[in-house]
Amino acid sequence: MHRYMFSRKSLGIPYALFLVLFVMAPLLVLVYFAFTNGQGEFTLQNLTGFFTDPNTLGTLCYSFGIAAVTTGVCLLLAYPAAYILATSRLKAKSVIVLLFIMPMWINFSLRITALKEILTWLEGSLAYHPFLNTVLGMSYDFLPFMILPIYTTISKLDGALLEAARDLGAGELQAFLKVTLPLSLPGILSGVSMVFLPAMTNYVVLDMLYNSTYIMGSLIGSYFAAYNWHGGSMIALLLLGIVCLFTFMTRGIEEENTRGGALL
Amino acid sequence: MIRKTWKSIVIILVLCFLYLPILVLAVYSFTDAANIGAIRGFSLHNYVTLFTTPELVRMIAGTVVLAFAAAFFATVLGTLGAIGAFYSKKGMASAINTMNQVPVVNADVVTGFSICILLVVVSGISKDSFIPLIVGHVTLCAPFVFLSVIPKLKQMDSSIYEAALDLGATPFTALVKIVIPQIFPGIVSGFALAVTLSLDDYFVATYTKPATFDTISTYVVNATKGAQTTIKTALWALSTVIFLVVVLFAVVMNVRAGRDGRERSGV
Repeated sequence: MHRYMFSRKSLGIPYALFLVLFVMAPLLVLVYFAFTNGQGEFTLQNLTGFFTDPNTLGTLCYSFGIAAVTTGVCLLLAYPAAYILATSRLKAKSVIVLLFIMPMWINFSLRITALKEILTWLEGSLAYHPFLNTVLGMSYDFLPFMILPIYTTISKLDGALLEAARDLGAGELQAFLKVTLPLSLPGILSGVSMVFLPAMTNYVVLDMLYNSTYIMGSLIGSYFAAYNWHGGSMIALLLLGIVCLFTFMTRGIEEENTRGGALL
Repeated sequence: MIRKTWKSIVIILVLCFLYLPILVLAVYSFTDAANIGAIRGFSLHNYVTLFTTPELVRMIAGTVVLAFAAAFFATVLGTLGAIGAFYSKKGMASAINTMNQVPVVNADVVTGFSICILLVVVSGISKDSFIPLIVGHVTLCAPFVFLSVIPKLKQMDSSIYEAALDLGATPFTALVKIVIPQIFPGIVSGFALAVTLSLDDYFVATYTKPATFDTISTYVVNATKGAQTTIKTALWALSTVIFLVVVLFAVVMNVRAGRDGRERSGV
């Protein structure tokens, strides 16, 4: 009987345990910390504190603003590039696609350093245009994550549908608006979710570009530096809530995740 | 003709945006200029500093060792998890899938912070033990290994495994000789993805690393705040080296993919 004890199902046990221990348990602890104070008593102070403090509320709004503008800029740059590339019959196509992906493999802090040097040279001082620099920095960092999913979706698009649209008398613009654009929506949504959320939380980009304003992620950083685990947990929980909301809204239509350039 | 030119211009502009900063920095890394814009003579002193300053060498080596260690554990865990989930009943499989999705969609700040709270604040594990850092990076990477192995399992021809069992192989032998080879490309790309994720990470590392240890990301972020010029320009050299490694990797991969493609089509 012993040789049948081995089963393929049981191979998943270590990973399931790992996920429970290091993914689910930390989140539960996060919830506990968010709703308790230093003495371990239940409190809503961290929550109400967040929504009554003009600083934290301002940060939330500013984060949304930064993330929305960054996502818009990335979409405006990425869609035409992805569309042109996906519909072209260029021989060097695979090389160009690779060029769009490669920045994901270069350490982002070094890429932001490079951008910072260029911007310092162009603008004299980074302090003159904090908002512009933040959006530029984030777009520079996240652009590949927008291009790749859109490119993938448009590439897979059934060309027969476009032909049919033309046969039925649609102009090129009309065919694009009625066929290509709606069908590339999953790619757009996937790209948006991969740019919008990091743009709300990646405070290092701002930090490195000498910006004095804060986004949501930097609140966690500042609570962490002050050993305020309870306040930090509440911010983390709120961010998690935003993530959940986002995932829920895009569920079903979302393409496979392409973080890290999973095109090997 | 005009349309074609337009299209090329869009592509070229986007590529310029992505690459000009890195390329300009690469050019300046070979000079002794302390700022972009200053025209100075050719010099390799940034590269000498990069490879002879113990602090920098330690930081780079530490980052690479961490990335490969984390990627190794993540690959083992993620691959076994994928095989297990693939053959599990629906409830179990979807539980693993859902949990796996959490670190993927979650902000890295939240992942890092929550692991720090659990392991360091609640469990009292010292950051100097490197355990929180390793656990954090494995948590960051393993879900992506899982996601790159699952599609290969779905594409796999399951009858070969059954045949092996019918011919007397034990389930374990069949797994090692039949299943693993078929999903191997997924394991390899999962591993590579894990390495790049770990190398790129800032947030998980910053909340879980020992105070005296730095990864490239945490080091660079701190260094850009300080005004030490020799370190700053040495990092330009590091950026250039990493860029060249990535280009080399991409070229090798492309050539190999091209060769495999030709072999498969029988040319």
